[in-house]
Amino acid sequence: MASGEVKLIGSWASVFVMRARIALHLKFISYEFLQETYGSKSELLLKSNPVHKKMPVLIHSDKPVCESNIIVQYIDDVWNSSGPSILPSHPYDRAIARFWAAYIDDKWFISLRSILTAQGEEETKAFIAQVEERTELLEKAFIDCSKGKLFFNGDHIGYLDIALGSFLGWLRVVELDANHKFLDETKTPSLTKWAERFCNDPAVKPIMPEITKLAEFARKLFPKPQG
Amino acid sequence: MAEEVILLDFWASMFGMRTRIALAEKRIKYDYREEDLWNKSSLLLEMNPVHKKIPVLIHNGKPVCESLIQIEYIDEIWPDKNSLLPSDPYKRAHAKFWADFIDKKVNVTARKIWAKIGEEEEASKELIEILKTLENELGDKTYFGDETFGYVDIALIGFSSWFEVYDKYGNVNIESECPNLIAWAKRCLERESVAKALPKSEKITTFISELRKKLGFE
Repeated sequence: MASGEVKLIGSWASVFVMRARIALHLKFISYEFLQETYGSKSELLLKSNPVHKKMPVLIHSDKPVCESNIIVQYIDDVWNSSGPSILPSHPYDRAIARFWAAYIDDKWFISLRSILTAQGEEETKAFIAQVEERTELLEKAFIDCSKGKLFFNGDHIGYLDIALGSFLGWLRVVELDANHKFLDETKTPSLTKWAERFCNDPAVKPIMPEITKLAEFARKLFPKPQG
Repeated sequence: MAEEVILLDFWASMFGMRTRIALAEKRIKYDYREEDLWNKSSLLLEMNPVHKKIPVLIHNGKPVCESLIQIEYIDEIWPDKNSLLPSDPYKRAHAKFWADFIDKKVNVTARKIWAKIGEEEEASKELIEILKTLENELGDKTYFGDETFGYVDIALIGFSSWFEVYDKYGNVNIESECPNLIAWAKRCLERESVAKALPKSEKITTFISELRKKLGFE
């Protein structure tokens, strides 16, 4: 099952693609990275993910797996004897990790992205406040999940670290754009230290995008209205 | 060790139905507690402070929130009876993909049919498209999990008790648009776990009619 060619359809800038790449790196899996061109979708992408037409798509022995969190869990399941466990071992801890990963995607990320698309100062301020509140919740979640250890997952980065950590590049871009820090030593001391550890992890460091490059890409994706 | 399992739920919730079905499939005895969504209990607010929503599964005092996460948890904690998720990693990823599709698409669209004014036509067209996609995925299988009733079936079946509501307010006929899906729903209802978990459609339709009156829609 663990043998077979591995390809990943994605892009250097995508948070969700990054999740899959981190998981593959953690398990020491060689894969072919098929980068999509911004502005168009390859035939392979459309064929492999006809329902959502989105990346990332993991293609393992020609069979596609879609949705970043599902891909991460798949990688952990298939290559379970390689590298550290990505999901916690106890079912309750797994449920908690899944809960917060869903929260990050359904709530936290949505407000973060809204800052980039907000119209006017009032709207921007409201979304900033929302992200502040939601990040505070994640600070508490980190303290609960890590149980005094270095990562959400304990001694090694895991599912929830990947779910949140893959956003760190974009979070920095939004902080610069909004001129507001969400992660800092006074408000979110645990998360701030965790973020640095996460970015320096050998499975993450080589693929974390450069902030200036990402900021430039953000300006293309979310152009500011003129005047 | 004596297990204490409590489910905080609301009778009409298609999400709560998922957890009821999963617990029944595993023959787990539990304490069902009906919540008044307009006057939420302090236990609910304490056990799900982030979303303040049902269903909440409380196992030996510890809360598990979000229905799909609860199904997986139930499957992992009580692995010996009736597997709810496939053991093969690829099939498991495939099942999760479709359950995620159901969560992202069905309720968001369906709510616009009865909970809002002015979007019914567009929302009902969209809902039919979504249900047809699911029907296509089902194909000629007995269940979404092929021969075995499982995760995706559980994720979707509760919505079938709401089809009458969508038909009524969306001015559609789901049975004529998606006959295979309706046949699948009838097969699922033959299972005791599903028959006991799903309320009668008429009861839900009456409830929604009264709710809409309260909201001033009729």
